[in-house]
Amino acid sequence: MDDLDRAILNRLQEGFPICERPYARVAEQLGIGEAELLHRLEAMLAHNRLTRFGPMYNAGRMGGGLTLCAMSISDSDFERVARQVNEFPEVAHNYARDHRLNMWFVIATETPGRIPEVLGRIELITGYRVYNMPKKEEFFVGLKFEL
Amino acid sequence: MVLTERDYRLIASIQDGLPLVSRPYAELARQLDMGEEEVIGRIAEMQAAGIIKRLGVVVRHRELGYNANAMVVWDVPDERLDEAGSLLGAQRCVTLCYHRPRRLPDWPYNLFCMIHGVSRKSVLAAIERLIDELDLDGIAHQVLFSGRRFKQRGGHYRHSRSFGEP
Repeated sequence: MDDLDRAILNRLQEGFPICERPYARVAEQLGIGEAELLHRLEAMLAHNRLTRFGPMYNAGRMGGGLTLCAMSISDSDFERVARQVNEFPEVAHNYARDHRLNMWFVIATETPGRIPEVLGRIELITGYRVYNMPKKEEFFVGLKFEL
Repeated sequence: MVLTERDYRLIASIQDGLPLVSRPYAELARQLDMGEEEVIGRIAEMQAAGIIKRLGVVVRHRELGYNANAMVVWDVPDERLDEAGSLLGAQRCVTLCYHRPRRLPDWPYNLFCMIHGVSRKSVLAAIERLIDELDLDGIAHQVLFSGRRFKQRGGHYRHSRSFGEP
Protein backbone atom coordinates (compact mmCIF):
# COMPACT_ATOMS: atom_id res chain seq x y z
CA MET A 1 0.00 0.00 0.00
CA ASP A 2 1.43 3.36 -0.99
CA ASP A 3 -0.02 6.86 -1.02
CA LEU A 4 -1.66 6.28 -4.38
CA ASP A 5 -3.42 3.11 -3.16
CA ARG A 6 -4.67 5.04 -0.15
CA ALA A 7 -5.89 7.90 -2.34
CA ILE A 8 -7.72 5.41 -4.58
CA LEU A 9 -9.45 3.73 -1.64
CA ASN A 10 -10.40 7.02 -0.01
CA ARG A 11 -11.84 8.22 -3.30
CA LEU A 12 -13.74 5.01 -4.05
CA GLN A 13 -15.25 4.84 -0.57
CA GLU A 14 -17.07 8.04 -1.58
CA GLY A 15 -18.76 6.35 -4.50
CA PHE A 16 -18.25 5.40 -8.10
CA PRO A 17 -19.46 7.27 -11.20
CA ILE A 18 -22.30 5.83 -13.26
CA CYS A 19 -21.26 6.78 -16.78
CA GLU A 20 -19.72 5.11 -19.83
CA ARG A 21 -16.11 5.29 -18.65
CA PRO A 22 -16.22 5.57 -14.86
CA TYR A 23 -12.64 4.44 -14.26
CA ALA A 24 -11.35 7.09 -16.64
CA ARG A 25 -13.26 9.74 -14.70
CA VAL A 26 -11.95 8.61 -11.31
CA ALA A 27 -8.43 8.28 -12.71
CA GLU A 28 -8.57 11.82 -13.99
CA GLN A 29 -9.62 13.10 -10.57
CA LEU A 30 -6.66 11.29 -9.05
CA GLY A 31 -4.25 12.53 -11.70
CA ILE A 32 -3.40 9.08 -13.05
CA GLY A 33 -4.27 7.07 -16.14
CA GLU A 34 -7.25 4.74 -16.48
CA ALA A 35 -5.01 1.69 -16.99
CA GLU A 36 -3.04 2.51 -13.84
CA LEU A 37 -6.25 2.71 -11.79
CA LEU A 38 -7.52 -0.64 -13.12
CA HIS A 39 -4.16 -2.23 -12.46
CA ARG A 40 -4.06 -0.92 -8.88
CA LEU A 41 -7.59 -2.15 -8.17
CA GLU A 42 -6.81 -5.59 -9.52
CA ALA A 43 -3.73 -5.77 -7.33
CA MET A 44 -5.58 -4.66 -4.20
CA LEU A 45 -8.35 -7.17 -4.79
CA ALA A 46 -5.77 -9.90 -5.37
CA HIS A 47 -4.01 -8.95 -2.13
CA ASN A 48 -7.23 -9.05 -0.21
CA ARG A 49 -7.30 -5.38 0.79
CA LEU A 50 -10.91 -5.07 -0.34
CA THR A 51 -13.86 -7.30 0.37
CA ARG A 52 -15.29 -6.18 -2.90
CA PHE A 53 -15.72 -3.44 -5.38
CA GLY A 54 -19.34 -2.89 -6.24
CA PRO A 55 -22.68 -2.02 -4.68
CA MET A 56 -23.77 -1.87 -1.06
CA TYR A 57 -27.42 -2.78 -1.16
CA ASN A 58 -30.12 -1.64 1.20
CA ALA A 59 -31.64 -4.99 2.06
CA GLY A 60 -34.81 -3.44 3.46
CA ARG A 61 -35.56 -1.47 0.30
CA MET A 62 -34.88 -4.52 -1.84
CA GLY A 63 -37.57 -6.35 0.04
CA GLY A 64 -35.09 -8.41 2.03
CA GLY A 65 -34.76 -8.96 5.77
CA LEU A 66 -31.74 -7.85 7.81
CA THR A 67 -31.05 -8.01 11.51
CA LEU A 68 -28.31 -8.02 14.13
CA CYS A 69 -28.29 -10.96 16.52
CA ALA A 70 -26.39 -11.78 19.67
CA MET A 71 -25.88 -14.96 21.68
CA SER A 72 -24.36 -15.73 25.06
CA ILE A 73 -22.28 -18.88 24.64
CA SER A 74 -20.26 -20.72 27.26
CA ASP A 75 -16.53 -21.01 26.56
CA SER A 76 -16.70 -24.76 26.16
CA ASP A 77 -19.42 -24.54 23.49
CA PHE A 78 -18.10 -21.50 21.67
CA GLU A 79 -16.25 -23.22 18.82
CA ARG A 80 -19.09 -25.60 18.12
CA VAL A 81 -21.71 -22.86 18.06
CA ALA A 82 -19.55 -20.55 15.92
CA ARG A 83 -19.19 -23.34 13.39
CA GLN A 84 -22.92 -24.10 13.40
CA VAL A 85 -23.91 -20.44 13.07
CA ASN A 86 -21.44 -19.76 10.26
CA GLU A 87 -22.81 -22.65 8.26
CA PHE A 88 -26.03 -20.73 7.70
CA PRO A 89 -25.78 -18.95 4.35
CA GLU A 90 -28.01 -16.23 5.80
CA VAL A 91 -25.29 -15.25 8.30
CA ALA A 92 -23.43 -12.38 6.64
CA HIS A 93 -20.75 -11.76 9.22
CA ASN A 94 -19.96 -12.90 12.68
CA TYR A 95 -17.69 -11.48 15.37
CA ALA A 96 -16.74 -12.60 18.83
CA ARG A 97 -17.09 -9.71 21.28
CA ASP A 98 -15.99 -9.34 24.87
CA HIS A 99 -19.28 -9.25 26.73
CA ARG A 100 -21.61 -11.76 28.30
CA LEU A 101 -23.33 -11.63 24.90
CA ASN A 102 -20.18 -12.82 23.18
CA MET A 103 -21.21 -13.71 19.64
CA TRP A 104 -22.65 -11.08 17.31
CA PHE A 105 -23.74 -11.70 13.75
CA VAL A 106 -25.85 -10.25 10.97
CA ILE A 107 -28.58 -12.21 9.24
CA ALA A 108 -29.72 -11.28 5.73
CA THR A 109 -32.65 -13.05 4.11
CA GLU A 110 -34.49 -12.61 0.84
CA THR A 111 -37.71 -11.69 2.64
CA PRO A 112 -38.31 -10.26 6.14
CA GLY A 113 -40.63 -13.16 6.88
CA ARG A 114 -37.72 -15.62 6.82
CA ILE A 115 -35.86 -13.94 9.71
CA PRO A 116 -37.87 -15.63 12.49
CA GLU A 117 -37.51 -18.97 10.73
CA VAL A 118 -33.72 -18.68 10.54
CA LEU A 119 -33.48 -17.52 14.17
CA GLY A 120 -35.62 -20.46 15.21
CA ARG A 121 -33.41 -22.92 13.36
CA ILE A 122 -30.26 -21.45 14.90
CA GLU A 123 -31.78 -21.77 18.37
CA LEU A 124 -32.86 -25.32 17.68
CA ILE A 125 -29.50 -26.45 16.30
CA THR A 126 -27.27 -24.68 18.85
CA GLY A 127 -29.47 -25.00 21.93
CA TYR A 128 -28.88 -21.34 22.79
CA ARG A 129 -31.18 -18.32 22.75
CA VAL A 130 -30.73 -15.78 19.95
CA TYR A 131 -31.33 -12.12 20.89
CA ASN A 132 -32.82 -10.39 17.88
CA MET A 133 -31.97 -6.68 17.57
CA PRO A 134 -33.25 -5.35 14.26
CA LYS A 135 -32.51 -1.77 13.31
CA LYS A 136 -35.31 0.60 14.25
CA GLU A 137 -33.73 3.78 13.00
CA GLU A 138 -30.53 4.62 11.20
CA PHE A 139 -28.63 7.74 12.13
CA PHE A 140 -25.65 7.27 9.87
CA VAL A 141 -24.22 4.77 7.39
CA GLY A 142 -20.95 6.29 6.24
CA LEU A 143 -18.73 3.29 6.93
CA LYS A 144 -15.75 5.04 5.47
CA PHE A 145 -12.20 4.57 6.68
CA GLU A 146 -9.70 7.37 6.30
CA LEU A 147 -6.58 5.65 5.01
CA MET B 1 -39.36 2.22 -7.29
CA VAL B 2 -40.65 -1.22 -8.21
CA LEU B 3 -37.89 -3.64 -9.11
CA THR B 4 -38.37 -5.71 -12.22
CA GLU B 5 -37.05 -9.09 -13.25
CA ARG B 6 -34.36 -7.26 -15.24
CA ASP B 7 -33.32 -5.29 -12.16
CA TYR B 8 -32.92 -8.45 -10.15
CA ARG B 9 -30.73 -9.94 -12.88
CA LEU B 10 -28.63 -6.77 -12.80
CA ILE B 11 -28.43 -6.83 -9.00
CA ALA B 12 -27.27 -10.44 -9.04
CA SER B 13 -24.67 -9.73 -11.70
CA ILE B 14 -22.91 -6.91 -9.84
CA GLN B 15 -23.10 -8.10 -6.25
CA ASP B 16 -19.69 -9.73 -6.40
CA GLY B 17 -18.12 -6.72 -8.03
CA LEU B 18 -18.08 -4.50 -11.06
CA PRO B 19 -16.00 -5.65 -14.04
CA LEU B 20 -12.53 -4.12 -14.06
CA VAL B 21 -12.63 -2.98 -17.66
CA SER B 22 -12.78 0.44 -19.23
CA ARG B 23 -16.54 0.27 -19.88
CA PRO B 24 -17.87 -1.92 -17.04
CA TYR B 25 -21.52 -1.13 -17.67
CA ALA B 26 -21.17 -2.10 -21.33
CA GLU B 27 -19.58 -5.37 -20.21
CA LEU B 28 -22.50 -6.07 -17.84
CA ALA B 29 -24.92 -5.18 -20.61
CA ARG B 30 -23.23 -7.70 -22.89
CA GLN B 31 -23.45 -10.43 -20.23
CA LEU B 32 -27.10 -9.68 -19.53
CA ASP B 33 -28.17 -9.05 -23.10
CA MET B 34 -29.23 -5.50 -22.27
CA GLY B 35 -28.08 -2.14 -23.58
CA GLU B 36 -25.32 -0.13 -21.90
CA GLU B 37 -27.71 2.79 -21.53
CA GLU B 38 -30.27 0.61 -19.83
CA VAL B 39 -27.70 -0.74 -17.36
CA ILE B 40 -26.47 2.77 -16.55
CA GLY B 41 -30.02 4.06 -16.23
CA ARG B 42 -31.23 1.26 -13.97
CA ILE B 43 -28.19 1.42 -11.66
CA ALA B 44 -28.53 5.20 -11.38
CA GLU B 45 -32.20 4.83 -10.59
CA MET B 46 -31.59 2.15 -7.95
CA GLN B 47 -28.99 4.37 -6.33
CA ALA B 48 -31.34 7.39 -6.37
CA ALA B 49 -34.05 5.23 -4.78
CA GLY B 50 -31.66 4.09 -2.04
CA ILE B 51 -31.80 0.44 -3.07
CA ILE B 52 -28.09 0.74 -3.75
CA LYS B 53 -26.73 2.73 -0.79
CA ARG B 54 -23.38 3.25 -2.37
CA LEU B 55 -21.32 2.01 -5.25
CA GLY B 56 -17.61 1.72 -4.61
CA VAL B 57 -15.18 -0.17 -2.46
CA VAL B 58 -15.69 -1.99 0.80
CA VAL B 59 -12.30 -2.23 2.48
CA ARG B 60 -11.05 -5.02 4.69
CA HIS B 61 -10.48 -2.74 7.61
CA ARG B 62 -8.31 -5.11 9.59
CA GLU B 63 -5.95 -5.75 6.71
CA LEU B 64 -5.63 -1.99 6.35
CA GLY B 65 -4.53 -1.34 9.88
CA TYR B 66 -7.85 -0.72 11.61
CA ASN B 67 -7.29 -3.44 14.15
CA ALA B 68 -9.65 -2.28 16.87
CA ASN B 69 -13.34 -2.34 16.18
CA ALA B 70 -15.66 -1.40 18.99
CA MET B 71 -19.39 -1.58 19.15
CA VAL B 72 -20.33 1.10 21.66
CA VAL B 73 -23.82 0.70 23.07
CA TRP B 74 -25.76 3.30 25.06
CA ASP B 75 -28.83 3.18 27.26
CA VAL B 76 -30.33 6.47 26.15
CA PRO B 77 -33.58 7.75 27.67
CA ASP B 78 -36.16 7.52 24.88
CA GLU B 79 -36.73 11.27 24.79
CA ARG B 80 -33.03 11.91 24.15
CA LEU B 81 -32.56 9.18 21.53
CA ASP B 82 -32.90 11.29 18.39
CA GLU B 83 -30.60 13.95 19.77
CA ALA B 84 -27.92 11.48 20.88
CA GLY B 85 -28.16 9.46 17.66
CA SER B 86 -27.77 12.51 15.46
CA LEU B 87 -24.84 13.82 17.50
CA LEU B 88 -22.98 10.52 17.50
CA GLY B 89 -23.75 9.81 13.85
CA ALA B 90 -22.18 13.10 12.82
CA GLN B 91 -18.80 12.29 14.40
CA ARG B 92 -15.95 11.44 12.07
CA CYS B 93 -14.86 8.42 14.06
CA VAL B 94 -18.36 6.87 14.12
CA THR B 95 -18.92 4.64 11.10
CA LEU B 96 -22.45 3.37 11.87
CA CYS B 97 -25.15 4.54 14.28
CA TYR B 98 -28.42 2.68 14.80
CA HIS B 99 -31.35 2.64 17.17
CA ARG B 100 -32.10 -0.99 18.10
CA PRO B 101 -34.53 -2.45 20.63
CA ARG B 102 -33.61 -3.13 24.25
CA ARG B 103 -33.91 -6.76 25.36
CA LEU B 104 -34.68 -6.38 29.04
CA PRO B 105 -33.56 -7.49 31.51
CA ASP B 106 -30.46 -8.85 29.75
CA TRP B 107 -29.76 -5.97 27.41
CA PRO B 108 -30.71 -2.38 28.34
CA TYR B 109 -28.95 -0.63 25.43
CA ASN B 110 -30.90 1.03 22.62
CA LEU B 111 -28.32 3.02 20.64
CA PHE B 112 -25.47 1.25 18.85
CA CYS B 113 -22.50 2.82 17.13
CA MET B 114 -19.36 1.42 15.57
CA ILE B 115 -15.99 3.02 16.12
CA HIS B 116 -12.92 1.70 14.31
CA GLY B 117 -9.37 2.64 15.16
CA VAL B 118 -5.80 1.49 14.82
CA SER B 119 -5.67 0.34 18.45
CA ARG B 120 -7.94 -0.24 21.43
CA LYS B 121 -6.22 2.64 23.16
CA SER B 122 -7.04 5.09 20.39
CA VAL B 123 -10.64 3.87 20.25
CA LEU B 124 -11.08 4.29 24.00
CA ALA B 125 -9.58 7.77 23.81
CA ALA B 126 -12.02 8.64 21.03
CA ILE B 127 -14.94 7.42 23.14
CA GLU B 128 -13.81 9.51 26.12
CA ARG B 129 -13.61 12.54 23.86
CA LEU B 130 -17.12 11.88 22.52
CA ILE B 131 -18.57 11.60 26.02
CA ASP B 132 -16.91 14.81 27.01
CA GLU B 133 -17.70 16.85 23.93
CA LEU B 134 -21.26 15.61 23.44
CA ASP B 135 -22.16 15.76 27.12
CA LEU B 136 -23.01 12.05 27.34
CA ASP B 137 -21.56 11.35 30.77
CA GLY B 138 -24.98 10.74 32.31
CA ILE B 139 -25.76 7.95 29.83
CA ALA B 140 -24.73 4.39 30.67
CA HIS B 141 -22.64 2.77 27.97
CA GLN B 142 -20.52 -0.26 27.28
CA VAL B 143 -17.69 -0.85 24.84
CA LEU B 144 -17.69 -4.26 23.13
CA PHE B 145 -14.44 -4.78 21.30
CA SER B 146 -14.45 -7.44 18.65
CA GLY B 147 -12.32 -10.50 19.00
CA ARG B 148 -12.09 -12.97 16.21
CA ARG B 149 -13.87 -12.33 12.96
CA PHE B 150 -15.45 -15.53 11.74
CA LYS B 151 -17.03 -14.23 8.61
CA GLN B 152 -17.14 -10.98 6.66
CA ARG B 153 -19.11 -10.62 3.50
CA GLY B 154 -22.02 -8.65 2.22
CA GLY B 155 -25.50 -10.07 2.06
CA HIS B 156 -25.79 -12.33 -0.93
CA TYR B 157 -28.72 -12.27 -3.29
CA ARG B 158 -29.70 -15.04 -5.59
CA HIS B 159 -31.35 -14.21 -8.84
CA SER B 160 -34.82 -15.59 -8.39
CA ARG B 161 -38.35 -14.39 -8.79
CA SER B 162 -39.16 -15.45 -5.28
CA PHE B 163 -37.71 -12.53 -3.43
CA GLY B 164 -39.49 -9.25 -3.18
CA GLU B 165 -41.24 -9.53 -6.48
CA PRO B 166 -44.96 -8.94 -6.50
